[in-house]
Amino acid sequence: MKVLVPVKRVVDFNVKVRVKSDHTGVDIANVKMSMNPFDEIAIEEAVRLKEKGIATEVVAVSCGVAQCQETLRTAMAIGADRGILVQSEAELQPLAVAKLLAALAAKEAPQLVVLGKQAIDDDASQTGQMLAALLGWPQATNASQVEVSGDRVKVTREIDGGLETLDLSLPAVITVDLRLNEPRYVTLPNIMKAKKKTLDAVSPEDLGVDVTPRLKTLEVTEPPARKGGVMVPDVATLVDKLKNEAKVV
Amino acid sequence: MSILVIAEHDNAQLGAATLCAVAAAAQMGEDIHVLVAGSGSQAVAEQAAQAASVAKVLHADGPALEHALAENLSAQVLAIAQGYSHIVFPATVSGKNVAPRVAARLDVAQVSDIIEVKAADTFTRPIYAGNALATVQTADAVKVITVRTTAFDPVASSGGQAAIVPVDAVADSGQSAFVGSEVHKSDRPELASASVIVSGGRALGSAENFKMLEALADKLGAALGASRAAVDAGYAPNDWQVGQTGKIVAPQLYIAVGISGAIQHLAGMKDSKVIVAINKDADAPIFSIADYGLAADLFEVIPELTKAL
Repeated sequence: MKVLVPVKRVVDFNVKVRVKSDHTGVDIANVKMSMNPFDEIAIEEAVRLKEKGIATEVVAVSCGVAQCQETLRTAMAIGADRGILVQSEAELQPLAVAKLLAALAAKEAPQLVVLGKQAIDDDASQTGQMLAALLGWPQATNASQVEVSGDRVKVTREIDGGLETLDLSLPAVITVDLRLNEPRYVTLPNIMKAKKKTLDAVSPEDLGVDVTPRLKTLEVTEPPARKGGVMVPDVATLVDKLKNEAKVV
Repeated sequence: MSILVIAEHDNAQLGAATLCAVAAAAQMGEDIHVLVAGSGSQAVAEQAAQAASVAKVLHADGPALEHALAENLSAQVLAIAQGYSHIVFPATVSGKNVAPRVAARLDVAQVSDIIEVKAADTFTRPIYAGNALATVQTADAVKVITVRTTAFDPVASSGGQAAIVPVDAVADSGQSAFVGSEVHKSDRPELASASVIVSGGRALGSAENFKMLEALADKLGAALGASRAAVDAGYAPNDWQVGQTGKIVAPQLYIAVGISGAIQHLAGMKDSKVIVAINKDADAPIFSIADYGLAADLFEVIPELTKAL
């Protein structure tokens, strides 16, 4: 069974982004870029499926600028067999990405698409579900456990109030949560090996997908800053402040 | 044009998140319909009919809708979507699960997690863990939206008199089945809507120690929360996680105990009215956003605070 894993290149999770002074967006020039952490978990899960003999091939896909090749190389260093770059300079919104992935899925015919439950830049949490809908496949979001057996997959999901287990027919789309696994460290030999793996590039036009943005960003602003408060010396002062100043207890 | 709000419920009780979504919808237009899709969910439809601002309740009841499976629930929404200008979901796990399927099938963009309605087609939403706010305008004919519930005060749960109109329930897709769930039963308020939250971090050191927060939470009638580090370490269950990728909360009082304050955690709680931080490390970033900070050993402070309240 083939597993397709879409990976997104995003601003590294440790970087605190700054809003541009002209309010057109956030400043991502010269900041560290990395693979979306949730997608890293998705790649790890796919590679583990291969190591268990369940998956036969793991294909990583990234949609975006030429530098997404680095993200794909990281995916291949974790263990993906090959990579596909859907190269575009356009702003790719979730619906467009889902359409690109649906077109690729039609070509590659994977049994499973595994990806992060959200990207930490736009925090939209849409792509996986949109992809499943476009393909007419079942989905399980926020996965914390995945068990494939035959032509079905059992997925435990993190939901409000606890956990839920679903049983899906394959092919299916799974979006992963934080606690599914802990991605392995990428070793130097594997980075070297990844450089030799196949990386193909296609364009949205090749896939016949119109990626024109549907949402127009009018303005990006800083959130209202929260003023730091005061340090209190002891519990008694804290209780007094909460009762008499903040009046919340 | 009318607005369709998708109700969140457990087939018995209408979720409070629905009332927040209705409040947001009321800023987009006037004729608000609520879809209650469930199984044996008559009571929920009745509760929805009593909510303020609701003009009509569409009630789809059938076995395929019992567990809000994404395939079936999205099909149900699409079956009645014709004629609506906006389709609005609360940004709960269930809403986020289903809304994008609806948007994709309608070939429209979705606007996720809105915190403000600027105009019927223009919304503000947080990006980059809330470190920036984007105002976006959609050109699509139908606006599919998820609403950050903490950003909108719920409409009144009573006083409304909407008609309940039964609609045909969809058949099961046959693609997915509910196997089971482990939902933590608790007498405490729900984390997402609690007015007081006591939240613990890695500094608690163990699941055993985490229990000391319970006494404090009991005193305050508070919900319990946790940082990602505490959840990853196994000190607290996953659904307690507050942050960018967990629950977004905005209580009247948030007490952060032994939480250093990673930006991902702050993203989930910085809209709380009053924030108290208790941490041994006086340089912890959490103090920069706390209204009241106490740099002290939590193992001494928590019992003392519990006693003093």
